[in-house]
Amino acid sequence: MTDKIKITGLWWKLLGFLLLLYAVIYGFIVEIPYLDVTKESLRNVFYHVGMWFGMFAMLATSFIFSLRYLRGFHEKEDIVAVEAVNVGILFGILGLITGMIWAKNTWGAFWVRDPKLDGAAVGMFIYLAYMVLRGSIDDIHKRAKVSAVFNIFAFILWIVFVMVLPRISGSTIHPGQDGAPIMALNLSSSTRVVFYPAMAGWILLGFWIMNLRVRMRKLRMKNEE
Amino acid sequence: MLIKEVKTLIGKDIKLELKQKYVLNGILLYLLSTIFVTYLAFEEVLTTETWNSLFWIILLFVGVNGIGKSFVQESPARYIYYYTIASPQAVVLSKILYNLLLMAILALLSFGMFLLLMGNRLVNLELFLLALLLGSFGLSSILTMVAAIASRASNNFSLMAVLSFPIILPLLLTLMKLSRLALTGSDWSGTAGPLVILLTINFAVIILAYLLFPYLWRD
Repeated sequence: MTDKIKITGLWWKLLGFLLLLYAVIYGFIVEIPYLDVTKESLRNVFYHVGMWFGMFAMLATSFIFSLRYLRGFHEKEDIVAVEAVNVGILFGILGLITGMIWAKNTWGAFWVRDPKLDGAAVGMFIYLAYMVLRGSIDDIHKRAKVSAVFNIFAFILWIVFVMVLPRISGSTIHPGQDGAPIMALNLSSSTRVVFYPAMAGWILLGFWIMNLRVRMRKLRMKNEE
Repeated sequence: MLIKEVKTLIGKDIKLELKQKYVLNGILLYLLSTIFVTYLAFEEVLTTETWNSLFWIILLFVGVNGIGKSFVQESPARYIYYYTIASPQAVVLSKILYNLLLMAILALLSFGMFLLLMGNRLVNLELFLLALLLGSFGLSSILTMVAAIASRASNNFSLMAVLSFPIILPLLLTLMKLSRLALTGSDWSGTAGPLVILLTINFAVIILAYLLFPYLWRD
């Protein structure tokens, strides 16, 4: 059981580190398509988008572990579920900050009305509420069970929201969507060389932080016993 | 078997509601006074857009308050008794259907009050009533599930709002879109998309409630 949760080993952590190092250095050197609106800020795609990839990977992990918790009621799976959400929220906040700075310089405002931004914000609200829910239940088994149910329920409705929103609230101005003014994610081949490794690097970093936090929490629990 | 249990439980809920009339009266008065406060707060005539948004936001708040009590109304001992005689699926389905009835009544009443106080902006009554029905169903199913979750935690009532608002948004925004169409044009063009989304959400929530509720039901 434990082996499935713990992805021990040095290689993937080292790989994540090297990929990010590469993305941070080469991301500023690589030739990017020069667009009038975005100019050099297009390089944000390596970092800002990575935050969302990382967040999504974490929240999906949490969803899977909540499902697994309800199958066998093993406490370890609940720990992974909650720590994945913690890291997911961290990535989400970083994604919001990097996005808002970029938006101020590109669109002239920190926040604009846009399906992609609203979807991200709602995701944050859902998982902050998840943490509040956990905080208000004292019994650990009950807490694990109830929050797993909420996690599964909310994740699915959030996915529905993210898919539905562009359809009902019109077009987005966010790059990376068909018809958006800046098709920045229509990446040139030179940008792709950095983009894909960067995405993998952020996701691996997320798993690394989550792994550390899970181990920390397990040690603390052992200590209390 | 399931249907029989559901019927009995709905009957139980209706009887209980009629016996403790103050709960129902409280929520009705909450609805009326909220709409009246809103009516006084806006001095000029509402635009169609504001009318629509206010209507659904008020209905959401009324729903949160009306349905929030679903699993805390009776004593814990009584729930232990229900464990022994009913299946969890029957309990959650009966609560959803009972709350659908409650929401439909509240929605119609709210609609009547809006027509009376905020002016009639309606051009497609059938479409609006359809939106009310699907909306009552969706609000009832999502809020029942959230009420079940919140009832397991302390500070139930603030949790109810915090947990339900973000996850009810896909439903609420689609409803607003649909009823905006009913307020602005008499033809049914463009309604297929929102209708499909609403039916999908309702269907998905019912399935999720059916599968997940058993985990909430017992300690």
